[in-house]
Order: sequence, then C-alpha cells, then structure tokens
Amino acid sequence: MGMPVTVEIVDAAATSGETDTIIREVFDYFKYIDEKFSTYKTTSEITAINDGRLASNKASNDMKTVFALAEETRLLTDGYFDIKRPDGTYDPSGLVKGWAIWNAAKLIAAHGCKHFYVDAGGDIQTSGMNAEGKKWAVGIKNPWNEAENVKVVYLSGEGIATSGTYIRGDHIYNPKTGVAADDIASMTVIGPNIYEADRLATAAFAMGKNGIAFLERRAGEGANSSGGKSIRGYMIDKNKIATMTTQWQ
Amino acid sequence: MKKYAISFFLVIAFAFYAVLNNQSSIDVGPAANGPVAANTGPAANTPTGPAPTPTPTPSPTPTPTPAPTQSTGLYKNGSYVGSAADAYYGNVQVKAIVQNGALSNIQILQYPSDRGTSVRINSNALPQLVQEAIQAQSANVNMVSGATESSGAFQQSLASALAQAKA
Repeated sequence: MGMPVTVEIVDAAATSGETDTIIREVFDYFKYIDEKFSTYKTTSEITAINDGRLASNKASNDMKTVFALAEETRLLTDGYFDIKRPDGTYDPSGLVKGWAIWNAAKLIAAHGCKHFYVDAGGDIQTSGMNAEGKKWAVGIKNPWNEAENVKVVYLSGEGIATSGTYIRGDHIYNPKTGVAADDIASMTVIGPNIYEADRLATAAFAMGKNGIAFLERRAGEGANSSGGKSIRGYMIDKNKIATMTTQWQ
Repeated sequence: MKKYAISFFLVIAFAFYAVLNNQSSIDVGPAANGPVAANTGPAANTPTGPAPTPTPTPSPTPTPTPAPTQSTGLYKNGSYVGSAADAYYGNVQVKAIVQNGALSNIQILQYPSDRGTSVRINSNALPQLVQEAIQAQSANVNMVSGATESSGAFQQSLASALAQAKA
C-alpha cells in the first residue's frame, strides 16, 4: 500500500531484543497484507480475483473475512462504503488498512505489551500510555498545511483515522452520485478501535457534509457495542470551519 | 447541497422577515398611533374568506394561490409552494402558508425518506452541532492523524472509475 508505518512500544518490561522481535513481526504482517491485498501488485490475491483467475469462494480465509467485513460495512453505510468498482472488480484497500492496523495491535498485545501505538499513514491505534505515563497526544493535521496541527486529542486504547483530500486536484467522489464531494477537506473519526474509526471516516467523508450527522448517529448506537467508548467525529470543511459531534467535546 | 442550503436559507429568511414584520407592527403600532393599531388588530383577525387551497403537486416556481382577502402585512394571503430543491438524499419541497399578511405555517411536502439512511440522517441532523474555526495548535504530540496520498487509494480508484463511468 506504500505508506509509512510507525510502531512504538514503551513497555518497561520488554527488553530491547523482545521489542525488536515484536516490531519485526508487525512489519512482516504488513508486508503480508500488502502482498495479498494490493491491487497494484499483479501477484496479489486480490488481483487474481479481479482478473478472474481465482474464484472468491476459493479465496484465503483473510480474503473471505475482508469481503464479509466490506459487505457488512456497505450495509451499515447505505452503500457509501463499497469495495466494488463500477467495472465489477474489487478494491478493499479502504477497509484493509484499518483492519490490518487493528490486527497488528492485537499481535503486539499478545506479546504482553500494554503501552504502544501503531500508525500506518496517519491512521492510528493507541494502547495504554506514552513514555511519560500520559495518554497518547495525537495531532490532527491541517489539510492546508502538512506541518501544522489544528487539534490535539489525548487517547488511550482508542483508534483515530482521518479521511480527506490534501493534494490539489485530488478529489473524492460520492459513489452514489459520481459528484465530487469536495466541500469537505477532512473527516476525522475516533473509535473504540482503528478498524471502526477508519471505515467510518471513509464512509462519512464520502457522504460530504451529511457525514458528520451520520457519525453523530453512530455515536449513539455504538456506545454499547464498544464498551462505553463513543464514536466521535471532527469534520473540517473547505471554509476552514470544523464541525464536531456532541461527544467530541 | 448548495441548492438545499439556498432553499433552507430562503425559508429561514422568509420566516425571519415575516416575524420581524409582525413584531414591528405590534411595537410601533400602539406607541405611535394607538387607536389605529387597535383598529387594524381586529380587522386582521376577521375571518378571511375561503381557506387557501393546498397544492401538493411539485412545481418549479412558486405558485401563489389567490385569496380574496385584504391583508395588512407584506405578503398576500395564500399558500405558496416552493420549488423542489435537491437535498442530496432526495428532494425537499415546502409550502408556506400566509395568513393576515404574515407567515403562519410551513408545511413540508417532500422530504427525503425513501431510504432508511435518509430518514436516520435527517432525524439526526436536527441537533445543532458545535462549530469552530480551525486554529494552529502548539501542543506537543506523539503522532499525527491525517490523510496521506496512499491512504486514499480506495477513493482514488473510485474517482477514476467514476470519471470513466461518467464519460
């Protein structure tokens, strides 16, 4: 997927040798994900499916899981999240990223680590506390200035994802209408985990300004299923005005 | 969205102006010329002929229904059907009812409710969400959340596919 991945583990118990092993495992996992799900790779499993060389019912378990999650997400978002392209091929990258970060975080936790984060291209899963014993401080990037943050949130155990357009001429289109949804500069979602945050950020961004209302509603519904941690949304529109869900404040 | 915003703005402006118009006649009336205000009051409240006929059919332009009554306000009595505005999830169309020269009621003729999500989103769009102008923050951070070029692969492929689908 060609994105920067950063992992930091601050558990005092873990020796540097153990940490190195865990981090190597995490990067091997991302490499595996990329080779399986990258639509840019001719050797990937998803390309084999898209080329008709592999029937989807003969696909690997991970592929089947991703397709099932994608269908569940499509229904949840009334079709705004859809891995199926108009030509009938599939691009699950909008779902795979958050899912893979979430799995990587579980992998680290399985080694007994409690305080760490996994950051893949600005989508982040946090766990425990940072090196100073405080919650992880996460900046939300200014869509007009890469070097500037417009918000700082403090997270422990939650995921945060941002969907947006940062490069001029790079628009996102609404799959329902084919119309450019460029009235929104970025949509940030905090969720109980990065998988939830990432898929909701992608779908809410595709909805345009209605996306923040969609998140507001999900916040009410998700409270129980996510252990009381509510979904929060922060939308920045093209006029540099941010709109936040009730739970954000 | 823009259409929706404009139509929504117009409805609000319409309502605001009507309310303002009503209030000014109440405030200024008794102070400046009490007796006249007392006279216009009852006149305005007299029964006003046949009720405006509802016109639920969509029409591209406002269609005033003539009502044979003298009105004291800025507007002519009757019902006015606004044009159907694209509200992204469907059309929104309203009917404004003017009585005694003032806006007395707004009826919603069309409302995006054909799909489940439309209903949910609309019912949820009601609470006013807090807004703020974005500002640079100086606090130190451990990491940064933001869209990257590659994270938008899904969107990019979708965009290019749809660009072809449009041609």
